[in-house]
Amino acid sequence: MADVTFTVDGRQLTAPAGTLVIEACRAAGIEIPAFCYYPGLSLQAACRMCLVRIEKMPKLQTACTTPVGEGMVIATETDEIKQARKSMLELLLANHPLDCPVCDAGGECELQDMTFKYGAGGSKFTDIKNHRDEQQWSPVVFFDRPRCILCYRCVRVCNEGMDVAALGIQFRNSGAVIAPNDITSLDCEQCGMCIDLCPVGALTSDTYRYKTRPWELTHVGTICTHCGDGCKTTLGARREENGMQIVRGDNRDKSGMNGDFLCVKGRYAFDFANNPERLTQPLVRQPDGKLAPARWEDAIALVARRFREIREERGGAAMGVIGSTRITNEEAYLLQKFARGPLQTANIDHHRTTDYPGFVKALGGETAHFGSIADALTAPAILLVGGDPTEEHPLLAWNLRTNFRHNGSRIYIANHRAIKLEHQAKATLRISYGGYADLVRSLAASDDASLPAETAHFRDALRAEQNLLIVFGAELRGDAIAPLIQFGLSLPAAKFACLGDFANSRGAMDMGLHPAFTPGYQAVSTVGLSLPQMMDAAGRNELAALYVVGDDPVGRLGLAPESLRNTFLVVQDMFLTATAQVADVVLPSASLYEKSGTVTNTYGDLQPVKKAADTTGVRSDLELIIRIADQMGEDIRALVPFGRGERGDMGQSRGVQSGEADRHAVWLAAHNLEPKLSPFDPDALLDEIQRLVPGYDVDRFALMAGEPQPVRVAAGSNFPVSTGSESIQPANDTLFTSGTLGQYSEKLTEVNRFQAEKTLVAAG
Amino acid sequence: MPTLVSHPEEVRIVSSRFGQGAAEIDRYLELGGYQSVRKAIDQGPDWIIAQMKASNLRGRGGAGFPTGMKWSFVPKQSAKPKYVLVNGDESEPGTCKDHLIFLHDPHAVIEGTIIAGLAIGAKMGFIYLRGEYRYLLKIMEKAIADAYAKGFLGKGIFGSQFDFEVVSQTGAGAYEVGEESALMESLEGKRGVPRIKPPFPAVVGLYGGPTVINNAETIATVPHIFRIGAEEYAKIGSERNGGTRLFCVSGHAARNGVYELPMGYNLKRLIYEVAGGIRDGRPLKAVVPGGSSTPVLLPNEIDIGLDFDQVGKAGSMLGSGGVVVLDDTVCMVDFALRTIAFYQHESCGWCIPCREGTDWLKKTLTRLHAGAGEMRDIDNVRYLAENMLGRTFCPLGDAAAMPTIAFVKKFRQEFEDHLDGKPCPHARHTVPELAAV
Ligand SMILES: Cc1cc2nc3c(=O)[nH]c(=O)nc-3n(C[C@H](O)[C@H](O)[C@H](O)COP(=O)(O)O)c2cc1C
Ligand code: SF4
Ligand code: SF4
Ligand code: SF4
Ligand code: FES
Repeated sequence: MADVTFTVDGRQLTAPAGTLVIEACRAAGIEIPAFCYYPGLSLQAACRMCLVRIEKMPKLQTACTTPVGEGMVIATETDEIKQARKSMLELLLANHPLDCPVCDAGGECELQDMTFKYGAGGSKFTDIKNHRDEQQWSPVVFFDRPRCILCYRCVRVCNEGMDVAALGIQFRNSGAVIAPNDITSLDCEQCGMCIDLCPVGALTSDTYRYKTRPWELTHVGTICTHCGDGCKTTLGARREENGMQIVRGDNRDKSGMNGDFLCVKGRYAFDFANNPERLTQPLVRQPDGKLAPARWEDAIALVARRFREIREERGGAAMGVIGSTRITNEEAYLLQKFARGPLQTANIDHHRTTDYPGFVKALGGETAHFGSIADALTAPAILLVGGDPTEEHPLLAWNLRTNFRHNGSRIYIANHRAIKLEHQAKATLRISYGGYADLVRSLAASDDASLPAETAHFRDALRAEQNLLIVFGAELRGDAIAPLIQFGLSLPAAKFACLGDFANSRGAMDMGLHPAFTPGYQAVSTVGLSLPQMMDAAGRNELAALYVVGDDPVGRLGLAPESLRNTFLVVQDMFLTATAQVADVVLPSASLYEKSGTVTNTYGDLQPVKKAADTTGVRSDLELIIRIADQMGEDIRALVPFGRGERGDMGQSRGVQSGEADRHAVWLAAHNLEPKLSPFDPDALLDEIQRLVPGYDVDRFALMAGEPQPVRVAAGSNFPVSTGSESIQPANDTLFTSGTLGQYSEKLTEVNRFQAEKTLVAAG
Repeated sequence: MPTLVSHPEEVRIVSSRFGQGAAEIDRYLELGGYQSVRKAIDQGPDWIIAQMKASNLRGRGGAGFPTGMKWSFVPKQSAKPKYVLVNGDESEPGTCKDHLIFLHDPHAVIEGTIIAGLAIGAKMGFIYLRGEYRYLLKIMEKAIADAYAKGFLGKGIFGSQFDFEVVSQTGAGAYEVGEESALMESLEGKRGVPRIKPPFPAVVGLYGGPTVINNAETIATVPHIFRIGAEEYAKIGSERNGGTRLFCVSGHAARNGVYELPMGYNLKRLIYEVAGGIRDGRPLKAVVPGGSSTPVLLPNEIDIGLDFDQVGKAGSMLGSGGVVVLDDTVCMVDFALRTIAFYQHESCGWCIPCREGTDWLKKTLTRLHAGAGEMRDIDNVRYLAENMLGRTFCPLGDAAAMPTIAFVKKFRQEFEDHLDGKPCPHARHTVPELAAV
């Protein structure tokens, strides 16, 4: 829109026509106080904090609802306005309990900040304040009416942002109160967005309530360990006797690509890290058949000795390695390198929840067509094939809803079941569970008269789209992916995204935790065993050693524990999972919140994770792999390029190629990076990943500054015919579950039970 | 049925059919009803609006906005349906005129609604009655049904090519839904909280369509304008204030009731001649000229003409036409408390200054009146009201603030008299009942 010129406090400014005065002022660095105004949510004009004087208008005007006009003369600093702001605060504080010393929001409260800045330090009033007792609305949400300033942010974010509408307003006058529409408790997604947006301490979370003061915490922004969307979550940790313990998860500075959003898991399900069942000592199986605590040195020496012996006696083909969907890229990269190098095995895999290789293969070299999570916020049209973002990809669902609300994007849904996003859909096509392959084939086919009218309409509408973001779930795998990509590529500017389940599912795959690929989808000549094949081999006594890093195949696949009796089983985990229970050695490992590195979300956005906490007694997977290799007598410099004269490869050469050290040094110099001094520095591995893994050579500076970097992996040459999609097993998580890890989150378990009961009651 | 009063100086136009059984459609027809709408159908929208402008009719809901001008703001073309909305939420204390219209002359409201609809090109009208007027809904609904039966509503009204539907509805009992945008929210089935303006209802109103909202008296006046002729009608009133108005006299006048008088009629004369002076010949203490939200006038301020401009010049407002007469037995602190208690109760709670301001005004005045006040409480009352004024989301906050400021300004001594610990030195009598139906 055309720009208009106006003045604020004597300064001449310009802004696009239609810009709200409050936004125009903020853009020019002029602060207008506001409680009820919240960018992205509907306007309220309720708090009256933003009043300004506009010439020729009889009354003070709300800056949050008035658009700038040509020639407008605005005053924001006059005595009249100072008094208006001050009196608004006096009025708010009159019924406010002023229990700042014990309020969760103390120190992070907009009402405190405003009072500090705009006055009303003394109170004129002596009568008794209105009171209501605090209420608990769900396992995570508490409400304290006296602190509420009725800005309606919570109601709006629930209605508009979440499309849940669990909150409303009851009664009128000073008796008005925010209340759950379900009368006494919240029937909702328990995302805590209401708490997050609450400017004061009226809405608080059970996990943090009355626990500590915000200034006693260290706040570290890192990436959520749960689903594949990769939200930034800020973890507040406090020194406890067993380490730095996380007491709070939130979206403190809203600087992540998730903007305002966090779901129930990112906000509350950090508590697995504090679970009393957490392993903090290595365990070694004793002659009596029981696991008993052991010293780190002894446990690692045992693992190294047995790995070496088995490799020598039975060869690498008798060994297997299973990686994790929640370890860092650096760890996954190192693990596959360790497997293919020192262990000399091609048997490496992880819990695959979707067919990334199939996707990469189908896309071929068309890397410009990779979508990112940000595209979901801006794409004018979206096609969603399979998946249920609301349950499985809450951030994607949030972005799609926001895009719909703000930009009126057109959402097309093809699914075998009803999903909540259909509320926003322009068209919904219900297909059978087995009908996905047929559907995408008919999309791609040239006109097919036999198509049912509904499908034909759906296809025709899609064909008219110029910029379509195509998102597909694990329902589509293997050869079925190609027609969808082919269809998308026939449109002017389509982009694609593939939905996988966990924080680093995509990274695990990109880093080559796969029997057929080294990092960056480079095909290997000899394909190793997949995860199910390894478990089968173990059952047939054909697998002499199995190294499981952060997975629970026994529990997840419901295997008989005896099936691993004759396999030397080493498990690195946080908990004594079903797999760990039958292990020979269990090494307690750090969670994603207790280490640094990078992860790649399911859309291919690479982001840094930062160590926010620690638990005494555990070690990172990175450290453990290196220590085992070291004990095995391996050359650590071949695994991790550190110090001077680093060498490295991706494991495929089974040794050190001549000239690698030079190449690494040249790359570092060209990228203005120093050699890393310690093999335990994950950045040393990141250097190598950036240098060697196709698609990962992103802007390091921007990455470290926290800007998600798109990885664009092109299919390597001689891509195998089969991508092994038969061993894909979607997690089928809901909003309130998160794989094996989720079972160790007490809060998530409690919320899950709470909502399940609600559903049961609703169903009668 | 409340007894009707009368006085020879009355000019009975809107009230001309009161007490005549005009709620029955045949009687209404006998008394010349449904003639104006036929004329309007024949002449068309431009003519209707021109006539309305010429009549100088100003809205009877309180703000006195020129009705013809309001109708002319509605865009001719609209993608969404247009509506006429009759505001019968009448809840301002001291006001009880719309009630009589619904009771005695419901067809005038229907006829006025149709004419407004013809003027703006609407095909549907809503008549919204105050929640507490539930018992009038029966009368209104019967009148609507009778009009349908005669073909005055529905498809091809009066044999013309125009269609027009009318529906009546009550609120759930909230003063605030008399505010036009809260009224629309309420009618749409939502919480009765006002909307952000602009957009104004004439552009984006009920269900998003352009909507004309008028007070019930305004609408009931419309057919009479076409009966008498717009110029004739304008001549009855004062400058820029056409016609007559229903004044609701309550309080300590000798003959309380609703009188129809020309706009500009002298307030003092209304009290002393028409309403028979003060009961028992007591001295007059104060007059609230236009419903409880209007600033109080002292006895020496009432020699003014009752129209929007003259009362405004006297520092108050003509408002809803509710004239509350107070004699010397009234405690003004009690009266202020009574007034604020109403606005506190009725504040919708949406915005800070009104929600919290009325709450603290009520708390402070309650204690002050009970004799536990301090000097700073009096200042606080004024401070609160002055800091609410002009800063609330809708005019209800002003409605609470304006009279409060006037009470403290004009009767400060009485407030101070309450400070010495003795409860209400003036409480020889309680505050009069405001006209309430
Ligand atoms: C708090 C508040 C209450 C109101 N109550 C009424 C009411 O009960 N009846 C009414 O006609 N107008 C009421 N109004 C005025 C309406 O908003 C609106 O101006 C009026 O209905 C327009 O009609 P008119 O132009 O015919 O006066 C109220 C306004 C406010 C701010
Ligand atoms: S609970 Fe918080 S967010 Fe909700 S209205 Fe009250 S202050 Fe605002
Ligand atoms: S949407 Fe996914 S990444 Fe974001 S907070 Fe929830 S579980 Fe974590
Ligand atoms: S002034 Fe504010 S609180 Fe009062 S009625 Fe209007 S919107 Fe509601
Ligand atoms: S920010 Fe404008 S009224 Fe609240």
